[in-house]
Amino acid sequence: MTLQDIAVKVERADDYSVGNISALLAEIATLLEKFIATGQSAEIDLKSLPMGALEYEQLRLALGQGEVAANLEAIGPSEIIETKYPGVWWVTHYNVEGDIVADLIEIANCPAILTSQPQDMQAGLARLQAAIEK
Amino acid sequence: MKDHDTLEHRLTQQGISRRSFLKFCTAMASLMALPPGTAPAIAAALAQAKRPSVIWLSFQECTGCTESLTRSHSPTLESLIFDMISLDYHHTLQAASGFAAEKSREDAMKDFYGKYLLLVDGSIPTKDNGIYSTIAGRTNLDLLQEAAKGAAAIVAVGSCAAFGGLPMAKPNPTGAAPVSDLIKDKPIINISGCPPIPSVITGVLAHYLTFGELPALDELGRPKAFYGETIHDRCYRRPFYDQGKFAKTFDDEGARNGWCLYELGCKGPTTHNACATTKWNGGAGFPIEAGHGCLGCSEPNFWDAGSFYTPLAAPTSNIGAIAGAAALAGAAAAVALSAADRAKKKSLQQTHEKLTVKDISN
Repeated sequence: MTLQDIAVKVERADDYSVGNISALLAEIATLLEKFIATGQSAEIDLKSLPMGALEYEQLRLALGQGEVAANLEAIGPSEIIETKYPGVWWVTHYNVEGDIVADLIEIANCPAILTSQPQDMQAGLARLQAAIEK
Repeated sequence: MKDHDTLEHRLTQQGISRRSFLKFCTAMASLMALPPGTAPAIAAALAQAKRPSVIWLSFQECTGCTESLTRSHSPTLESLIFDMISLDYHHTLQAASGFAAEKSREDAMKDFYGKYLLLVDGSIPTKDNGIYSTIAGRTNLDLLQEAAKGAAAIVAVGSCAAFGGLPMAKPNPTGAAPVSDLIKDKPIINISGCPPIPSVITGVLAHYLTFGELPALDELGRPKAFYGETIHDRCYRRPFYDQGKFAKTFDDEGARNGWCLYELGCKGPTTHNACATTKWNGGAGFPIEAGHGCLGCSEPNFWDAGSFYTPLAAPTSNIGAIAGAAALAGAAAAVALSAADRAKKKSLQQTHEKLTVKDISN
């Protein structure tokens, strides 16, 4: 059992607000506007922002879930979700114990972590060729 | 020829993919409070990093700092962080004991002279020639001075090593002193906290490996990336402070609404640490999120700074009683309050004041 398995009851999520989330949404909108205009991707480290559990849930509700959801298994799982705003991705990396080690909002066509890496492709090619030769 | 001592080579041997390594570096960037976009640069530097030898000496301490590190929820500490360093001596964690353990320390000091990192937790007793704490028959002071000579840098882990901590609290019976009071000719980085945040310890090590130098430090020798702002600056309850909304007791309406804990003694405004953003227990929360004010454990002499439940702005005396006298004595009251407060502060500095029920209920 991990800490994430302990149920958390979120109370009064609708009327609890100190303004942090609206500021963050405005920043995301600005970054998305810039990405559309210039192609410059951006990332926001959610772990560096002071957010309580309620506000974190509010952000999740505000961004919602879009058409794409991907799972990664690399020294622990990772969740990659395109929010209901295309180009705005929520990337959550966990360690093998199930604890969050990085929590990012990425403004991009596709989060960098999803793309295949040249070194991995090279190693994979070697394995494939070895399998053919057997 | 490929260098077989690099982290990249060791990870490849273990079958860890480049994507996994990039994920690790993304977590490292977050740990070190660097922009997320720096992960590829960190990956490039870390991949070529060689494992430095690390000697960890534990002196007058409670082992809480080691507990903190080994409970670290940073990216697989057990596999990757320890892959990044060669922990050649740690008398709590190592399997060897007795003469074999001491020999591994001596070998590491000799083989990596001038290059190893020396990590220290606990303060060092100096009274009566340091006799109050010894390891293998040698005083902590002797061991520290010997190990410091060949160290590239010293990392003082925890408030005891950084500032003296609990052992140095009044009346300081062992003459406890922090590392920086005893070693003057080596770079020292203080990772204060009781205990320090585990990911801050690993983040500092990762920074050293990535950039080959110690991170920027504040005036107390702490890394600015983690201690650059106060708990109050980054507290999610800060907007309530700005609105003047304070909990008055631990069970009133304000406490239930999550208002600011300043009036309940929170030391957040004067405490520099990363608890409010890095958090504890795998990001589950930090003391203020659990409804208790900050104790100020990463600041010097926090044990001798009076009650944990007295507001920072409050005088340390019973204002009510003195205010009664003020009504009779007029202008003399201000002088009385000031004098009484000074006397109480002096008394607190001389004898560590115990927490009473009154402290909590006031």
